[in-house]
Amino acid sequence: MKSVILYSLSGFSTYIHNLLSSNIGNNLILLITELTIIGITLLISLVLLCFFLGWMERRVAAFMELRLGPNRVGPQGTLQIVADTVKLLFKEGLTPSKSDKFLFNLAPFIVVVAAMMAIAPLAFAKNFSIFDINIGVLYVSSVSSLSVLGVLMAGWSSYNKYSLLGAMRSGAQIVSYELSVGLSLIAIVVLSGNTSLGEIINSQQNGWWIFKGHIPAIIAFVIFIIASTAEINRAPFDLAEADQELTGGFNTEYSGMKFAMFLLAEYINLFVVSAMGATLFLGGWMPFHIGNWESFNQIMDYIPSFVWFMGKTFLIIFIIMWFRWTFPRLRVDQLLKLEWKYLLPISMINIILITLIAIMGWHF
Amino acid sequence: MFLKNYILTVFRSIKSLLKGMKVTGYYFTHPKNILTQEYPDNRATLQMFERFKGEVVMPHNTNNEHRCTGCQACEIACPNGTIKIITKQELTADGKKKKRLDTFVYHHDMCTLCNMCIIACPSDAIVMAQTFEHSVYDKKMLKKILNAPESKLMEGVE
Repeated sequence: MKSVILYSLSGFSTYIHNLLSSNIGNNLILLITELTIIGITLLISLVLLCFFLGWMERRVAAFMELRLGPNRVGPQGTLQIVADTVKLLFKEGLTPSKSDKFLFNLAPFIVVVAAMMAIAPLAFAKNFSIFDINIGVLYVSSVSSLSVLGVLMAGWSSYNKYSLLGAMRSGAQIVSYELSVGLSLIAIVVLSGNTSLGEIINSQQNGWWIFKGHIPAIIAFVIFIIASTAEINRAPFDLAEADQELTGGFNTEYSGMKFAMFLLAEYINLFVVSAMGATLFLGGWMPFHIGNWESFNQIMDYIPSFVWFMGKTFLIIFIIMWFRWTFPRLRVDQLLKLEWKYLLPISMINIILITLIAIMGWHF
Repeated sequence: MFLKNYILTVFRSIKSLLKGMKVTGYYFTHPKNILTQEYPDNRATLQMFERFKGEVVMPHNTNNEHRCTGCQACEIACPNGTIKIITKQELTADGKKKKRLDTFVYHHDMCTLCNMCIIACPSDAIVMAQTFEHSVYDKKMLKKILNAPESKLMEGVE
């Protein structure tokens, strides 16, 4: 199938690379310069993304609860989150006197770094990803589970029973739900026969896996959404924070910018999880194609690949937000029951079906 | 049997979750249902609810006449001494002395808007108004005299 995607960010990145390499002779300095540019661009765009997600979450929440949400600062309240960030910048960053000060101050950084590391292999547009390694799926699933280390650290070092309880709950939750996330990711790995995110996207050129893999792929998608909602500690699985029971859980003692960093990490995790779902199940930046409808497919190709990727990602983000403002929080025993009695057995049987489909070549 | 129950539980719970999501999804896609009143902006069009109680007022007709006979039933009914009624003796046309209302003092700052005075009033002289902007710079301004100056008792009210 010939590709007529006109707009691609790969041309832009190649242009910058050529510009830099013609001016800088030394390879090491060139590498460092490029890494710095990537890092700064990533940081700025992630902060902007988190501003947008924060605004989106408040507005979605408000509309679902028949409220209006922030609509005073800036057009439709878009600048409210900027005002909040400025407020947090001026707040005092308290450290409790009996806390383990080193771990207490380290924890927010670990959470943010773990969240940011998972961004690396994601393909934002056609031929445009930071670091497309051949074990992308494995990399993302292992790096994103590092953030529980930061959460446990924060809870342990705070010298506060609420924090400790929240952190322990978070540990139990992530250890359990990691399995379901992993199994639903494996379903797509089995179908596409590849763990590189770029290759998985390329394998979806004639249709997204959620359509090609029949019902088992849809089951895997649903399990992925549920389990990853639990993994990023969002309601209805927000036992680690549980404002009403634990007064904020593991981040009870945090204030100012350190608190903001936990918030930043939460939104980056939300984005990573949604982007993973969009990449594996909904075809990443691949446009939507229907069989032999040539003219329809051509029109779809004219939409830039970046828009496709972001559109799918924000669709999943919206679904996860929809969960948050609809369902009540689960109890700890219900949480573990859901995982070990329902999600895990179902995804195991699902893996068998997926393997059968892959072996027999029933997917198209 | 176990397997059947298991599968049924899964489907039932998915169905109930979808039902919940349908409700919030409906709210999200129908912003007309939003309940929030953007108060200072909609001052001109703001509609108060029928049973909203703002303050006690005494309606007067066009001849500057009210219905209060000065019987003090409201003053007795008031649980926290918000109402103070001062009466005077007045000579009627046929030379009889009659008790009439002189001043109806209403302390809005003490009022809990419990509606007891309105229920107690035998001649429907006072009603609850729907006004709600009561902020003033001085507490003394909340002490109000409800009967208008030079007002008289309406004919036929005893």
